[in-house]
Amino acid sequence: MAAVAMDSTSPAYHGMIAEFTDPDDILAAARKVRAAGYTHLDAYTPMPVHHLDDAIGFKDTKVQWTIFIAGLLGFAVGFGLQVYVNSIDYPLNVGGRPKLSWPQFIPVAYECTILFAGLAAALAMLAFNGLPRPNHPIFNAPRFELATQTSFFLCVEGTDPNFDHAEVKKLLESLSPVQVSDVFGDEPEGH
Amino acid sequence: MAAVEKEEPVALLPSSNKEFLLGNHSYKSIDELLGNIVLDQTSHGKVWFKWLGFGFLFVNVLVASIAWLVYQGIGVWGNNQPVSWGFDIINFVWWIGIGHAGTLISAILLLLRQNWRNSINRFAEAMTLFAVMCAGMYPLLHTGRPWVAYWLFPYPNVLGMWPQFRSPLIWDVFAVSTYFTISIVFWFVGLIPDFATMRDRTVQPAVKKIWGLLAMGWRGSVKHWHRYEAAYLILAGLSTPLVLSVHSIVSFDFAVSIVPGWNVTLFPPYFVAGAVFAGFAMVITFAIPIRKLYHLEEVITMKHLDWMAKIMLATGTIVAYGYLCEVFYAFYSGSRWEQYLIHNRMGGPYSVLYWSLWICNGLAPLFLWSPKVRKNLVALMIISQFVSVGMWLERFVIIPMSLHRDYLPSSWGMYYPTVVDFGMFFGTIGFFIFMMFLFIRFLPMINIFEIKDLLLKLRHEEHHSEADASPVAVGGGE
Repeated sequence: MAAVAMDSTSPAYHGMIAEFTDPDDILAAARKVRAAGYTHLDAYTPMPVHHLDDAIGFKDTKVQWTIFIAGLLGFAVGFGLQVYVNSIDYPLNVGGRPKLSWPQFIPVAYECTILFAGLAAALAMLAFNGLPRPNHPIFNAPRFELATQTSFFLCVEGTDPNFDHAEVKKLLESLSPVQVSDVFGDEPEGH
Repeated sequence: MAAVEKEEPVALLPSSNKEFLLGNHSYKSIDELLGNIVLDQTSHGKVWFKWLGFGFLFVNVLVASIAWLVYQGIGVWGNNQPVSWGFDIINFVWWIGIGHAGTLISAILLLLRQNWRNSINRFAEAMTLFAVMCAGMYPLLHTGRPWVAYWLFPYPNVLGMWPQFRSPLIWDVFAVSTYFTISIVFWFVGLIPDFATMRDRTVQPAVKKIWGLLAMGWRGSVKHWHRYEAAYLILAGLSTPLVLSVHSIVSFDFAVSIVPGWNVTLFPPYFVAGAVFAGFAMVITFAIPIRKLYHLEEVITMKHLDWMAKIMLATGTIVAYGYLCEVFYAFYSGSRWEQYLIHNRMGGPYSVLYWSLWICNGLAPLFLWSPKVRKNLVALMIISQFVSVGMWLERFVIIPMSLHRDYLPSSWGMYYPTVVDFGMFFGTIGFFIFMMFLFIRFLPMINIFEIKDLLLKLRHEEHHSEADASPVAVGGGE
């Protein structure tokens, strides 16, 4: 570990992780690490752990806004399409009703709203999460395959302005984790 | 209610999870119980093959029926003037309705914070997809020339033609295609974290790669979960009005016309209730054998079946109320055509089907008032079959029975389905069974990460009396 510790300044260094087996433990740990002044944090859990996002100080509403805008756009496209098609480009006289009989355009405009917003929800979630991304330094962490099964990992990233290898290690070990390890990304040259 | 309160005060909380996850589970045991159904391919015995084979047999019947239909034209079906909508539309509405339970379980129950949905939602969503596939085949083939079905969509073309947006039939095109798209998206988004779990638990490199591709690099980061939960919740919020709108629009196909028995404002809510009713019957039909076959009694508990039966009872009574309303409408409308329609239903050539409908949907669900019946698997299974048949009969009563004798007595006629009609009907049932059994074997049929979430909530609930206030305090205080 000593040799690794010296490399914590190398560009491939990603951060230090602590592994927990209980969601309540990682929540407590994340709060303490954050209270100690670290901001570049991430946690990896098999299921959503509520309040863990608050604990590491993360909040993002880009997805919600994207969905909202996509929904509005969907309505505009759906409604506009029908107005153009049935009132402007090829006006149909159906029983002498007005050319722009808008109540009859609501169902399709509504479905288009849902369609656009729903697709945006999935795509925005993936896009803002940076997925698909098949490789990530964190996958090199020991026992990380458990992050989708039984273990909860807390990561203090090397980019943190207060990052000091010895101190982070001391802090993480004081939180009674299963193990603490350094994580390195792949060598820039690649394999 | 008071009696329940005395017994166990927790029962009033919406998240009394104790009865929805039995046994002494850990995260690991959940992974093993649910994941190994897919990972350990030797766990599927002969029963799986028998059902798949049974389904496949009827898939062949379906293919043959469709091939003959496309080759000959829709004259091979029994529908003709005056009954221009026959099995095709009956089965379309029936299947779409069955699909709705999946969306109800996954979306509406999520919004209502009903944690018990976690055990059955994946499975019910898959049911939705396959049911909508079955449903979609019918109108597509009913167009007569399915190879030009893209004409239904608005696109600039050399014919200078556009769809007629004032028609409920084109609303249907948009509603059903949106429903199918959003259902797939919702289902897939729900699967991503489980794909990652499967990726990390698989040993064989080739299989691992497939799971890896599907998981798209999901690593369970809390930042990802943060956006994931926001997106998932909004998808649920979007699916809820969507599912209500889809069946409302399907009912507009009828309600917007002037055919006796169709032109009623009751149709949208009554169709939606019927859809949920039929859908839950289908969920129960699959849940009972599967929980036994794959030893999932601890995850899909008796309490789940009990609650599903209660929803079936509630929606069943709404549906029966709808039937009563139809009779009242006819009486109160003063329209001789509406009144004749009810006479014709009760005593006309198809009256056996009308009274069977009352037995299946009016009478059979009433047994569910008894807690004993709700706890009896055989009884539940039988009642579910009655409901499925009943909901099919309901569509028969509404569609051909209204069309075969309407305003012009000289144009009255009878409707008889043909072999091809039955071939397609049983064929789609076979297709549904076939797809469900493939799904059970090759994808995690119960949402693994949500069961873990349920387990966490269950643990917090147990510690509730020991620690003060919220589950957060339990973690924070340590």
